[in-house]
Amino acid sequence: MSRLKEQSLSTCRDPMALPAGGGSALADGDARDFWELRLYVAGKTPRGGVALANLKRACEVHLRGRYSITIVDLLADPRRASADQIVALPTLVRRLPVPIKKIIGDLSNLERVLVGLELKSRPVQG
Amino acid sequence: MTKTRTAAAPDSSASVQPGKAPTGIAGLDELTSGGLPRGRPTLVCGGAGCGKTVLGLEILVRGATQYGEPGAIFTFEESSDELAANVASFGFDLPGLIAQKKLIVDHVLIEPSEFEEAGDYNLDGLFIRLAHAIDAVGAKRVLLDTIEVLFAGLGNKDILRSELRRLFRWLKDKGVTAVVTAERGERSLTRNGLEEYVSDCVILLDLRVEDQISTRRMRVVKYRGARHGSDEYPFLIGDYGFSVLPLSSLELVHEASTERISSGNRELDQMLGGGYHRGSSILVAGGSGTGKTSVAALFAATCSRERPALFFSFEESPAQLIRNMNSIGLNLAGMEKKKILRIISTRPSGFGLERHLFRIYQSIEEFEPATVILDPVTDFGAVGNKSAIRAMMTRLVDHLKTKGITALLTSAQGTLAADGSHADSDAGVSSLIDTWIVLQSFEVAGERNRAISVRKSRGTAHSNQIREFVITDGGLMLVGVYRDAAGFVTGSAREAQQRHDAANGGGVANNGARVPNNGARAPKTSSRRPGAA
Repeated sequence: MSRLKEQSLSTCRDPMALPAGGGSALADGDARDFWELRLYVAGKTPRGGVALANLKRACEVHLRGRYSITIVDLLADPRRASADQIVALPTLVRRLPVPIKKIIGDLSNLERVLVGLELKSRPVQG
Repeated sequence: MTKTRTAAAPDSSASVQPGKAPTGIAGLDELTSGGLPRGRPTLVCGGAGCGKTVLGLEILVRGATQYGEPGAIFTFEESSDELAANVASFGFDLPGLIAQKKLIVDHVLIEPSEFEEAGDYNLDGLFIRLAHAIDAVGAKRVLLDTIEVLFAGLGNKDILRSELRRLFRWLKDKGVTAVVTAERGERSLTRNGLEEYVSDCVILLDLRVEDQISTRRMRVVKYRGARHGSDEYPFLIGDYGFSVLPLSSLELVHEASTERISSGNRELDQMLGGGYHRGSSILVAGGSGTGKTSVAALFAATCSRERPALFFSFEESPAQLIRNMNSIGLNLAGMEKKKILRIISTRPSGFGLERHLFRIYQSIEEFEPATVILDPVTDFGAVGNKSAIRAMMTRLVDHLKTKGITALLTSAQGTLAADGSHADSDAGVSSLIDTWIVLQSFEVAGERNRAISVRKSRGTAHSNQIREFVITDGGLMLVGVYRDAAGFVTGSAREAQQRHDAANGGGVANNGARVPNNGARAPKTSSRRPGAA
């Protein structure tokens, strides 16, 4: 973690360097100390399993010890789909820190996961 | 279900057609021979502000209220409250229907900025929401308004397309009648090619502004396996929601009555071989000051003695009309008081053609007249081009015929030119018209005299004469045919001839016409045919 802290935003030029520690944490102050994550799935699907595995791996690398993952099975509780505005599955929702962020897909694109969770800044286009 | 339907929608066709989900919208069910394809999706496309959402909502609301078919509304743009507010003005109580579990609304909120896409996904979340909503109320109808928002929200178009394909297949499997709205594309029906997935029935809505007057039009572009009207039909979003104005059947199936009704003038009745046919359409054409309104008002007054008559005046206010007709001995005010006659005055330029047509229809529904007068139809030239007026008149005349209502239209055109040819087309209605009466005013020897003739009258032995007529305090009077050696004489020349004949004890002229005052039909011998002076 200390290595990550040393890097400034602008030094992250090579996204391909991820996930070997090339990402930069934007902040790790009090408000962002704990990450509450929810993963919405529909029953036990291979894609849901892949998403969970990918998420766990990313969290262990970038958020060790300060995250929680709740799995919401919409087949068991379909009302949650509209209450939480879920359209695509799987959907990862960052409840904390605010603002709420949504990442859809099986989370196989780690770069995008980290950008979506704001663990890494969006790469400059072009 | 059938029971509810017949009770609630007396206007639609007698029974629910197999495989059809009636919309309950006036005109649309006629246009689609019974409604939307049941259990299949229908695509409604059109530009912004065309009324896609209103149409979709109305189909769902009427399904729930009139046909006992609960509905699930998926709104991708407006919130439930916004939707409710938008249709409250049409008398649709969305919150009430939701409370009664006849409708369920789910607002699918998609904000592009909110999503990050990281890998493969599908739209199972949406499927689960749909399934849940459908199960919650037992929905038979589903509205997706506007599912295209997904295209803006989701980046992976390949996934989206295959998921939409799966969605519409799933809706079909569920057996729900779905209405899917979509934005009109520039070169295709919809911006995102939804017609590729929803191809059972496609309805196109259009809002056009021509000559500063906006008209809404609807066309059924496609209806797989069903007969449908393929023309463009004007529609309205009025006080009671949506209404499409074909209302005319695709076939000519009018009843043809042989019953005659009086024009109000005995001589004119004789010229017509016994009066007009009940339920027929009559055109009274003539230039200004030829007495069109008088002929029309006389007929209205005569008819109203038996059954109510409705007089649409596009030039005069009711008070003006009453005063003017009083001067020829017609007490329209008294008839209005007895509620056997109603005069409705509107300015043609007040609003667009289809709104006029709609108001005429509405008044007819309310008052249930046996006779309708439109005076004059040519005034609509101010609010529409010729083809639009012709289309409107076709629909109106057809509608009136279907209802068995006798219609008398006056027209400032459609008279005869000096050479006997058409002076102008007559708002395009002549082919629809059963009886065509021409009024003329012509100048002869320092006088302006009026003449009346029957240019055509289907199914009657009618006179081929041109008769002089005078408008007096007591009403219309057709004068006997007087000829001198040169031909037909009118006005003071005729009076002189009359005096001359009287002095000579019945001269050549009067008999020369062979058919006197009360002659029903003159022989069609050209040499005997009286010509206009």
